[in-house]
Amino acid sequence: MLSFIVALVLAAAVFFFAVGTLGILRFPDFYTRLHAAGKCDTLASMLALFAVALFTLQDWTFAELLVSLKILAIAGFVFIASPTACHAITRAALVLGVEPWERREGKK
Amino acid sequence: MARLITFVILFLFWIMLSGMFDAFHLSLGVLSCALVAWLSSDLLFAGGKLPSSPRSLIGLALYLPWLFWQIVVANVQVAAIVLHPRMLERINPQIIRFRTRLKTPFARVTFGQSITLTPGTITVNVDGDEFTVYALTDDSAGSLPGEMERRVAAALEGEKV
Repeated sequence: MLSFIVALVLAAAVFFFAVGTLGILRFPDFYTRLHAAGKCDTLASMLALFAVALFTLQDWTFAELLVSLKILAIAGFVFIASPTACHAITRAALVLGVEPWERREGKK
Repeated sequence: MARLITFVILFLFWIMLSGMFDAFHLSLGVLSCALVAWLSSDLLFAGGKLPSSPRSLIGLALYLPWLFWQIVVANVQVAAIVLHPRMLERINPQIIRFRTRLKTPFARVTFGQSITLTPGTITVNVDGDEFTVYALTDDSAGSLPGEMERRVAAALEGEKV
């Protein structure tokens, strides 16, 4: 039962990683690519870490709980660091004057 | 007081990371946590001042599950856009500006990070109460500040929704 849930969460993580990667390839400019890179990866890595933390808790011993907590601490760090980095890169690009892609009517 | 709380938090973190409970490792932990708490307690609590009430922590704990659910929903939306065959017709990147009614720096930071975490929007700049946000689609631009700001205000500043 536990490994079934873990596999499900891992599959979701792989899906969002794949979408993030595809997004980097398909989006038209720097900023939109950053969306794909910064967001999907945050969710995907948190899902993956959560799955690993869950998988560690096979017997509910104290040692396993500590390992799980460490893994969850990594997830917490990603949760704070990822949007901060994303914001910093976006702002740096705007300050440097990287032109955002805009949709123009009648032109694709 | 701020130093003591910093020490307790650091020491819990030490125990979690070390997992050893003999006298040698625990005393090493006490020493190093005390040193760090003494040197840099003003990093965790700005200016050495404690938050006026523990309510903001409870509010944050209640806000996080909702935020996580929003992240999942928004990720699915972005996934739909990424996988859409005519993706360029679905997106309309734009920069929007709005003023927030959040007052405390902590609430503003939380709000900005939440905006960046939910796909489709990135906080570009926060200047006083003016937020500059880069939005991916018309929908994500139209959704701000909206419910998220209300939730942050309710959770961290105790405003009635």
